[in-house]
Amino acid sequence: MATITINGQQRSVSAEPSTPLLWVIRDMLGMTGTKFGCGIAQCGACTVHLDGKPVRSCSTPLSEVGARSVTTIEGLSADSTHALQLAWVEAQVPQCGYCQSGQIMAAAALLDATPSPTDADIDAAMQGNICRCGTYLRIRSAIHRAAEMKRASA
Amino acid sequence: MKRLLESMHASAVSRRDFVRVSLMAGGGLMVSVYGCGPNGEEPAVSASGAALEPNAFVRIDGSGNVLVTSKHLEMGQGTYTGLATIIADELDADWSKVTVEGAGADNKKYGNSTIGGLQGTGGSSAMANSWEQHRKAGATARAVLIAAAAKQWGVPSADLTTEPGVVVHAATGRRAPYGTLVALAATMPVPADVPLKDSKAFRYIGKERATTPRVDAVQKSNGTARYTQDVMLPGMLTALVTHAPRFGATVKSFDATRAKAVAGVVDVVQIPTGVAVVAQHFWAAKLGRDALSIEWDETRANTLGATEIMAQFREAAGKPGIGIRNDGNAEKALAGAGKTVEATYEFPYLAHASMEPLNCVVDLQKDHATVWNANQFPTVDQEAVAKVFGLKPAQVTMNTLFSGGSFGRRANPKSDYVVEAATIAKAINGRAPVKMVWTREDDTAAGYFRPAMLHVMKGGLDAAGKPVAWWHRAVGQSMMAGTMFESPDGKDSSTYEGASDHPYEVADVFLDAVYPKIGVPVQWWRSVGHTHTAFAVEAFIDEMAHAAGKDPLEFRRALLTKDPRRLAVLNLAAEKAAWGTPLPAGHARGIAVHKSFDTYVAQVAEVSLVGGVPRVHKVTCAVDCGIVINPDIVRSQMEGSIAFGLGAALYGRIDLVGGRVVSDNFDKYRVLRQREMPMVDVHIVTSTEKPTGVGEPGTPPIAPAVANALLALTGKPTRSLPFVT
Repeated sequence: MATITINGQQRSVSAEPSTPLLWVIRDMLGMTGTKFGCGIAQCGACTVHLDGKPVRSCSTPLSEVGARSVTTIEGLSADSTHALQLAWVEAQVPQCGYCQSGQIMAAAALLDATPSPTDADIDAAMQGNICRCGTYLRIRSAIHRAAEMKRASA
Repeated sequence: MKRLLESMHASAVSRRDFVRVSLMAGGGLMVSVYGCGPNGEEPAVSASGAALEPNAFVRIDGSGNVLVTSKHLEMGQGTYTGLATIIADELDADWSKVTVEGAGADNKKYGNSTIGGLQGTGGSSAMANSWEQHRKAGATARAVLIAAAAKQWGVPSADLTTEPGVVVHAATGRRAPYGTLVALAATMPVPADVPLKDSKAFRYIGKERATTPRVDAVQKSNGTARYTQDVMLPGMLTALVTHAPRFGATVKSFDATRAKAVAGVVDVVQIPTGVAVVAQHFWAAKLGRDALSIEWDETRANTLGATEIMAQFREAAGKPGIGIRNDGNAEKALAGAGKTVEATYEFPYLAHASMEPLNCVVDLQKDHATVWNANQFPTVDQEAVAKVFGLKPAQVTMNTLFSGGSFGRRANPKSDYVVEAATIAKAINGRAPVKMVWTREDDTAAGYFRPAMLHVMKGGLDAAGKPVAWWHRAVGQSMMAGTMFESPDGKDSSTYEGASDHPYEVADVFLDAVYPKIGVPVQWWRSVGHTHTAFAVEAFIDEMAHAAGKDPLEFRRALLTKDPRRLAVLNLAAEKAAWGTPLPAGHARGIAVHKSFDTYVAQVAEVSLVGGVPRVHKVTCAVDCGIVINPDIVRSQMEGSIAFGLGAALYGRIDLVGGRVVSDNFDKYRVLRQREMPMVDVHIVTSTEKPTGVGEPGTPPIAPAVANALLALTGKPTRSLPFVT
């Protein structure tokens, strides 16, 4: 039995320490917003935060989580009003939507570290998140827009 | 697919539509437009409210909420929003109260007239086949709501109008929200031929995203959108399958001792396609699968690699194939031409590589089964599942979820992965619902690839540089062979569509097709045959222009005098890209134009070479898809199609070595990423033609546009894809 802190709550899970965090989140805690895409940290669909830093949960064993706090898309905002979520809807980013939880989590970590990212910052931070629908241009514009919203409300 | 289904289509389009209005169990008003049978008989429909529920396109409840049932799969292309837009406009619905759900399986109610009445999503056909049907569904719903209000107020219907979600009597200022009228409306006679709106009165059709945002944007931005991968049922088990390492191999024997010892593994079963490990959750199934020991019988397996297969194609190209087009005498014209150009274009196998790896949930119960899937061919899959279980199709309920991509993969004529999930459910005797999950490696390696292709082209120019001969041989596997779409004459349009109907005015044109049989499963991939024919035609016309010493845009224009819509998008893209104006040193433009699924797209790509690798800076895109239902979705589909086609052109290639797929995950099967995405500038032609699709037609032109820019930049043609090896 392990205890993890996820989206501000302490949860107990019965899983081997080597179990990837992704499957703890999805299959044991029943939170399905975090997606399985590749299993080898190549696509970013499973991106969550560990103490605010983006990680690929498919390749992060439960044992590595320890006392660090896990945030998933479900914990990003209580009511889908994180600046990125608002910007995502405004820019009509999602197509199939499957990668977008991971995209948004990666972008959220970027904005926390770099409140006013350049295109190059965005490209670098988002290079590990694949979108097969090709929403990359809208992702970029939505990140700029969210940064603007956050600055305006700061 | 389209051409092969024309005969089926003929009967489907002659059907008359019937409109029904009825009161549902929950007190809502439901309007359905049914196509009746080919002989004019009305489809049998149960009168009970519960039975009527899945038959509806529109459902309005007592609160005025409008539920649109989509007969098409939402896989990113925006079809839920598009279909709802058509209905909401004629209904005068309040857009904020419109939601959409996926339909179950039923050809009679949800058949697609462009594929012979088969329920299915493909060929960029959703808007085209639903346009009139859904306008009628929306308009009829509005008419009975007006009739109900007229009765309630004792005024003529003609005196009433509607505003979003409300019937209005202007003379007295009375207003009735739709929700308050549904019970009475359900008792009203249904008008037969409700007039449709004048396009000038469109409230939603053609409007921007502020008016009609995607119905799925919010749930796809907060993690609540539900995909097959997210289906969780009480007691559900997860299954992973070890597939044969080579196509056509079968299980000889296996040892599951170690697999069964893994905590959480419930069962290990042999199925026709391999060995399935069934466990309490994914990770246990994965560890169990890793511990399997399997011996394969490879007697009938494909051992050819992509290199050997392409060599076979080159050899096969030396002999005549099935004649497809023959205008005049191309060989004679070639022999008499002042100058000839020859090119052979080669295309690799490609995976669909949707973000959501394939999966399917099946719950087998006594005398009934339920399937949760992103159903692209719901009735085909339903019938296939029924067959596995020895049930009737009506005993199999199909639930349609969002699809995390597909690009054609989930429309498998053999229902391959759905059948696989069903065989697992059967092998465990339906003891629990089972979610079959393919890993990324399974998804990439399991085949049903975009076929590898070879196109041999020969062209002749006269002394003035005008094309006088066009000779073309297409070589590749038939994806229709052995499926319900196989044509009796052996022709498979997916090898030549977009080439057999190429528009360039050349007097003598020849095209034939050769179909080698190779044991690698192939299937349509976003834009089907156009993925390679557009390249063959558009790269070759550029090579001809180059040989003639002419500007590729002017060269095309001179040969497109009878194809105004194609010429118009070509000119629009060229104008918006400032064709012919100076560019930074080391940059060049390339242009391509192509029609697929009745939509015209032209693209100009601005390209440079960075370390020998093409860098696409900007793509200017012009599109004519008839009447535009949702311009922002048109733009998004052009952007996405360009990304999809560009990724494939730059990197896409299934590495098949000795019959084994080596490139089975994103580290080896490379796709386009954020940094490689060019700027995209989309221009939409204003049109009064019937709407056509936008999910696929943006893909074909990008690869040849980039190749043509490289030709302009380097003077060397690109004849083998991908560009980066």
